[in-house]
Order: sequence, then structure tokens, then C-alpha cells
Amino acid sequence: MPAPVIVASDLTKRYKDFAAVDGISFEVAPGESFGLLGPNGAGKSTTMRMVGAVSTRTSGDLRIVDLDPNDYGPEIRSQLGVVPQADNLDVELKARDNLVVYGRYFGLPRKVVQQRADELMAFAQLEDKVKAKVDDLSGGMKRRLTIARALINDPRILLLDEPTTGLDPQARHILWDRLFRLKEQGTTLVLTTHYMDEAEQLCDRLVVVDKGSIMAEGSPAALIRRYSSREVLEVRFGSDRNERVAGQLAGIGERIEVLPDRILVYSEDGEAELNRITELGLRPLTSLVRRSSLEDVFLRLTGRSLIE
Amino acid sequence: MSVLERTGRSTPLPRSLRALYAGNARSVMARGLLATRSTNWTVVVSGFFEPVFYLLAMGFGLGELVGAVSTSTGQEVSYGAFIAPALLAVSAMNGAVYDSTWNVFFKMNYTKLYQGMLSTSLGPLDVAFGEIALALLRGAVYAMGFLIVMQVLGLNLSWLAILALPAVVLIAFAFASFGMAITSYMKTFQQMDWINFVMLPMFLFSATFYPLSVYPEWIQTVIQALPLWHAVELMRGLTTGTADLGVLWHVLYFAVMILVGLVFTTKRLRALFLG
Repeated sequence: MPAPVIVASDLTKRYKDFAAVDGISFEVAPGESFGLLGPNGAGKSTTMRMVGAVSTRTSGDLRIVDLDPNDYGPEIRSQLGVVPQADNLDVELKARDNLVVYGRYFGLPRKVVQQRADELMAFAQLEDKVKAKVDDLSGGMKRRLTIARALINDPRILLLDEPTTGLDPQARHILWDRLFRLKEQGTTLVLTTHYMDEAEQLCDRLVVVDKGSIMAEGSPAALIRRYSSREVLEVRFGSDRNERVAGQLAGIGERIEVLPDRILVYSEDGEAELNRITELGLRPLTSLVRRSSLEDVFLRLTGRSLIE
Repeated sequence: MSVLERTGRSTPLPRSLRALYAGNARSVMARGLLATRSTNWTVVVSGFFEPVFYLLAMGFGLGELVGAVSTSTGQEVSYGAFIAPALLAVSAMNGAVYDSTWNVFFKMNYTKLYQGMLSTSLGPLDVAFGEIALALLRGAVYAMGFLIVMQVLGLNLSWLAILALPAVVLIAFAFASFGMAITSYMKTFQQMDWINFVMLPMFLFSATFYPLSVYPEWIQTVIQALPLWHAVELMRGLTTGTADLGVLWHVLYFAVMILVGLVFTTKRLRALFLG
């Protein structure tokens, strides 16, 4: 097995009394697509900043491409591509110039940077926006430009902090397609997200993070198998009735989760459970049978929804 | 080939310094030039005319009424020749302070420009040097233009005036590095207003428009501690040709200011972006 490109052990970041990241350990293999899934405030971004060598750990050990970020910050950063949570494109420069100038920050020769900028504008499907002002680009275009910028130094690892937060569904799909291509080309991806569909689409393996700690680790499919059932039946009886009806559902499904707006019944066969509920004489306002997702895994592990 | 060999430099810096400075400040400066070319050139042009207008209005308009004024070394000069070097010093200060305070504040807190720069192999010192170098370049261009105007109007009384150009760069460097250090501690626009609150009285009272001797002694002492007074004296000595070895005190004053500013700027940028 090839040596991992990221090794974190007992990684901790404290701000005064508050531990934003509280002793997490994980490894990322080269070419792997690794995800940190968790709600806002779970410590994902703080972890990403430490991995990106722009934040110093309080304790624990961290090695990126076999180097300690405490001693080799610039060397590590030259091997990384960073897509931050909020776009920080250079609004005073035109779209393509953003790539060229960024490449020069790495000390790359002008000729190399010029050529890569052209290739990456094409990769980001922004060929006709070469001279556009950054402010005139749509949200999805800005994100793609940010990803292109992060690739200008031909990084070994691409760090993406919530890459599609705030984008409309179409823009998200275009972005996923681009990221999937990178994955196919063998780029190591590390991404944080609070969208389970994104994690399922892009991650070979992920850790579920909550309150600075890792709750579970595995591939999306394995996590679902382990922490959830095959199917989920969602029934709604109306906001004030859900809690009361839940009491009558004893024995139905493998497990029941009562949320304010609906009841989740975990089972291998959702339709069968729905029939049993109607046989009890209960009439849900709406019902839906779906496959289990990482959202259910998260709910099981933390008792809370991912997006609150 | 290992990562270190690939990214290795030929002359290794000590490790502590290497984390702060990648030796690539020119890329930050090049970015600034490109940005200036595409968006802010009007600000650059207006910055040149401001001191020229002051000189014409006060030096000639007011100068008619005032007549000759004596400098700190006792030399009698026309009012225009008295205030022109001071205006040059003020414009060096204003340009450097604007670039290193408002401009830096905006890039730091709103456009997140430095955040992006510092996630590359650049260190905080590259960013500080690059931004300051750009401010100095701009200051030097203004100063050159103003010195030509002074020459045409016959306000340069000595060939020493040629040294006013490097002196402007020194003064601008001091204000820029100090301004950047102060800005790095500011969090809100309200705090930024304090900078103007300090700058305006300094502009008006630092022996800019009349000799220091009009003040009572204790006020003179206070003003002599301020950087703009040193700048005005240095400039006036050079353009009127009365400068002697005493100017080295002014030079030393600015050297210390540069050093203190850079130390705090670097410390602060490091804490803010690599903490």
C-alpha cells in the first residue's frame, strides 16, 4: 500500500477553553477521495485549516505529504490546492488573471503559469469568460474559477471546504462532474460537507464529525449498512400529533426516530411497515419510502439532523 | 524526488524566517500593478494633483500676502519654497498611509485577498514587503512629478533637492510599515476613523505652513516627536539646500519606525492567518 499523504493522530485545536477539534485521527491515501461530514460548527473547517498548514495545532500529530506543517508550512502549501468555504477570488483582476497571478505566488515560471491557466479555464468551462470581471460571474462560475485557481500549482492534494454550499442544483451537478473528473485523474480530494448526497457522490471514504470528534468512519455504503437499515419510511401525522402517534407504533420497524415534523421508521421493507401502520387504523397525512442515506447515519450517531 | 527537493531553494534561509518569507514579494507587487492598471488608475492620477493644487493655492495665493519666511536654520525663503517641501512630505505620508491602512484593511477584512495569498507558499513578510513596495513605487512617481513642478516654478533652491526623491521613499516606507502594523490590529471601520483623526492635526501643525518657532516651547517638543515634523524638516533641508549631517537624525528616526512597523506587521499577520 502506498504511504498516506495525510496522517493525523489525536489532532487537537483549542481556542481558550473551547476545543474546536478534539483529538481526531485519520489517514488519507494518495488518490483517495476523503470526506469530513458533519453539521456547522463540528470542527470541519478548523481541521481543514490545520491540514492546509494555515493554522497551528494545539496538540497531537499531523503530517502532510510526510512533512510536519509546524516546520514546513510553505513547502506543504506548495503541494496543496485550497478551495475555501467563501470565495476569496481577487475581484480587482479579470478571471484568467486570477489564475496567472495565483500561480506566480507559488514562484512558478510565467510561461508555465500561462499555459496552465489556459488549460484550466477550459477545464472549468470558462473559456468565454477569460476577460470577465470576477463580480460578473455567477456563483457556480466563481466556484469553478476557485477550483481552477487551486489547481494552478498542480497540487498533490485538493482541499475543498463545503464546495457546493449556496449553489443551485444545476451548478452543483456541473461542479460534481468536474470534481469527479479530477478524482478519475487520480487527484487526492479532501472535502468537507454537510450535504449527504455530496458525500455519497464524491467520497470513497468519510468520517462523521460532531463537536470536534469523529463519530464513525467508513465508506458511505458501509456506514449506511452499519448504522441504518436498508429503507426508511417517513410518515407525517401533523406537527402536534407525531409525538402522540409514535407511542402507538411500538413493534413497528427496527427502530423509530421521532422528529418535530415527521416520524422515521427504519426497516428492511418500508412498504410492509406502512401497511402495518394503516392496519392499526392510523392514517398518516403523507408517507414516503426511501433508501437510507448518510443523513440517517448522522441522526443515529448524534440524535440530531445534519442541517438544522 | 522528494517534496523538499522539488520545492527546495538554492540558498536555504533559517527555518524560523523561511516560514515568514518565501523571497517572492515581487509576485505580490506584480499583482498590485496589474490590479492598478485594470481598476484603480483614477485614484493614482488624483493623488498626484492634490499637493500641486495646495502648492498653487497657498504657495502663490497666500504667499503674496505672507512674503518671506525663515526656516529652522534661519534662512529667508519665499513662502512657496517654504511650504513646497512640506507638501511633498505630506503627500508621501498621505499616499503611504492610504495604501497601508484603508487599502490593507479592505483587502484583509472584506475581499480576503491576504487569506488567499497566504494559502500559497507566500509568507506574511512577502505580502507585507510586496504591498509596501507598491506603495513606495507610487509615492516615488508622485514625488518625481512634484519635484519637476517645483523645479519649473523655481522652488528648488539647491541641487540637494535631487536627494528629496530617495528621502520621500524613506519617509513613505516608514509611514507604510507603521500604518500596516496599526491596521492589522483594527477590526471595524470606526476604529479606522481614528487614523484620520491623528493625520489631520499632524498635517496642519507639523511646521507645514509656518515655522515651528511660533509655538510655545512645550508644544514645539511635542511636535518634534511626531514623524511628519521629521519628514518636513528633512525635505525642507534638502530642497532649500541647508541640510547638514543633522539630517541623519531624521533618517534614523524613520529607520526605527520602519523596523518597529515591520516587526509588528509580521507578528500580527502571522497570528491572523497562520495562528
